[in-house]
Amino acid sequence: MLRQAQQSADIGSLAVEATDLVMDFGDTRAVDGISLQVPAGSIYGLLGPNGAGKTTTLRILLGIIDPTGGSRRLLGRGRPLEAARDVGYLPEERGLYPAMQSREAIAFMGALRGLPLAEARRRADTLLARHGLGDWSRRPIRALSKGMAQTVQLLGTLVHHPRLLVLDEPFSGLDAINQGKLERLIRSEAEAGATVIFSTHVIAHAERLCERIAIIAEGKVAFEGSVDDARGRLRPIVRLRTRSGDGPWRSALPAAARCDNGEWVFELPEGGPEPLLKALLDGGAGIDTLAIERPGLHDAFVAIAGQATAQAMDEDKVPQA
Amino acid sequence: MNELLRAALVIARRDFAATVFSKSFLLFLLAPLFPVMIGLIFGGLTMTAGRGDLPTVAVVAGEQDFAALAAAHERAQSAFRGAPMVQLRRVEPAPDPDSLRRRLLVSEDRPVIAVLEGGLAHPRLTGGVRPDGSAAGQLALMIDHARRTAAGPDAQAIPLVVSHTGRSSAVVASQRTLTARAGQAALFVLTILLATMLLSQLIEEKSNKIIEVLAAAVPIGAIFLGKLLAMLTMSLLGIAVWVAAGAAAVALIAEQGLASLPPPAVGWPVFLSMAVVYFAMSYLLLGAIFLGVGGHASTAREVQTLSMPVTMAQILVFAFASLAIGDPDGAIGLGAAIFPLSSPYVMLARGAELPQLWPHLAAIAWQLAWVAIFLATAARLFRRSVLKSGAPPRWRRRARA
Repeated sequence: MLRQAQQSADIGSLAVEATDLVMDFGDTRAVDGISLQVPAGSIYGLLGPNGAGKTTTLRILLGIIDPTGGSRRLLGRGRPLEAARDVGYLPEERGLYPAMQSREAIAFMGALRGLPLAEARRRADTLLARHGLGDWSRRPIRALSKGMAQTVQLLGTLVHHPRLLVLDEPFSGLDAINQGKLERLIRSEAEAGATVIFSTHVIAHAERLCERIAIIAEGKVAFEGSVDDARGRLRPIVRLRTRSGDGPWRSALPAAARCDNGEWVFELPEGGPEPLLKALLDGGAGIDTLAIERPGLHDAFVAIAGQATAQAMDEDKVPQA
Repeated sequence: MNELLRAALVIARRDFAATVFSKSFLLFLLAPLFPVMIGLIFGGLTMTAGRGDLPTVAVVAGEQDFAALAAAHERAQSAFRGAPMVQLRRVEPAPDPDSLRRRLLVSEDRPVIAVLEGGLAHPRLTGGVRPDGSAAGQLALMIDHARRTAAGPDAQAIPLVVSHTGRSSAVVASQRTLTARAGQAALFVLTILLATMLLSQLIEEKSNKIIEVLAAAVPIGAIFLGKLLAMLTMSLLGIAVWVAAGAAAVALIAEQGLASLPPPAVGWPVFLSMAVVYFAMSYLLLGAIFLGVGGHASTAREVQTLSMPVTMAQILVFAFASLAIGDPDGAIGLGAAIFPLSSPYVMLARGAELPQLWPHLAAIAWQLAWVAIFLATAARLFRRSVLKSGAPPRWRRRARA
């Protein structure tokens, strides 16, 4: 109830705000001027290839490490650890004390975030029972399967009802069923008013869950905006089958159009579908099938991340003064 | 500060429970069998090393008699070639010999083991010496030699009358020195045994990646403090068990039970309280350093490699502290009391030797301040060099430029 009241107040504000974050590890620049704005109550995806700087960015946002340059605010606090009681964090490399009982592990993580131990234990029992692990609550972590241990760690991340949930590659290592469960859990947390940030290099999850995304490549933000905006970076794809093999209609196709097994595939020209359709009909194409597909987030990601990577490589070639 | 302490206690509670409720804790409780042996050997060596001279005897005599006795002392010293000899100090006879004798025997400024009166004609030795002890034997020989030198070889032998009065000031001082050495040795053995465990305290968190979860939730300083408090509490629990077992053994074995142990200057209750406090201080000071050093190790092998140099460093600190015994207000004594790592050892020994309490309050405050400094430094180094946090130090940036 308290969380919902607080989260109602959060609406319209920013849960996370990062400005020009820079992080150098020796001579390597892992994060290079990243700026992010995560609206409160949203599901926000941090997408990028391996080694792009996603985890380092999350660690900076959470205050695990301080950046070499730039600033960040978490739930309105300039020092992230001051907001720690309202934050839940699932690191990419999962970690639990192997000898600890499941309920104690969850309660410990709750106590770290400010819950009284007795209350944390009570909530741990409830959470474990709700997620089908009630019979395992007194068993040590080392006796659990990998999937179960991951669930226990996730429950430990949620036990204190955080306003901000930060999940680093949460789907890695999970089977399809558990991935589905995790997606539902993320949605339910967002519906309860929490802000969820997660990093992933599997685009499908972000496409299904996120309202906004940032695509990170080579330590820089290559794109930041809504999923629709990202898709809008690419033109729709046209798939065309004609009865006529050749004729004047061919001049209506862009130069980059390619033919795979009798199907023409090309980007929708600037003028849109109507002029294309008219030119095809006038040119005697004899349209068999014509489909205009909206590009997926995956296509947008490859285009944006690939473009940024190429750009970064070009920058590296610039001779230094 | 409250939040830091709260978080530290959460960490401490977990670590304490994880350690005490493990099977290996039973082995830990049996561990003192080894340090007790070391302590006995150490104690024996330091006691032997401390026996360069027997204590001083006050000789209440005229100049002539004392000169004869001093000459005999010199000859005996050269004859015995460096063997421990009783020392002589002349005291001018007074009108009230009983009062003079009492005053000499309780003087703490210039402590004496016994008082020799009656000149060479009627020698009487009174004080903390036994008739069959080495001090009485040496004096009897010297007196006999001085009389024969003065009256010729046919001089009649006159026995030395010895009155054993129990503790003299010198006996008390000697016993307090023994207590100081024993206290220091015990403190050293316990610290070396227990604080070194802190080297490996962060390995589990680092190898299981739990450190990320902890570092995202609480300050690194709270993690360090929590681990220190957990291990200190666990150590104190172990010590309570060992002390109870040791006290029971002494009560059973020693003739007069615990009363047979030499009493410290501040008395047993205060001294034992000091021992607990100074152990805690010594543990926290060294522990904060060990935690910081050990935090950089990622494997048990690296910890093993680190443990030898830190143990050697501890031995150096202990050696420095033991130099202060017998002269706690001297330059070395004061220096060792100020140097934070040797301070707990020196101050415990001081509690055995001198009765003032205020220096201990000052020392504890001083040591606590250094615990805070060491912890903050260790946490900052851990964040910087293990978690790779923040900008590199200015000197490194300059060097790179």
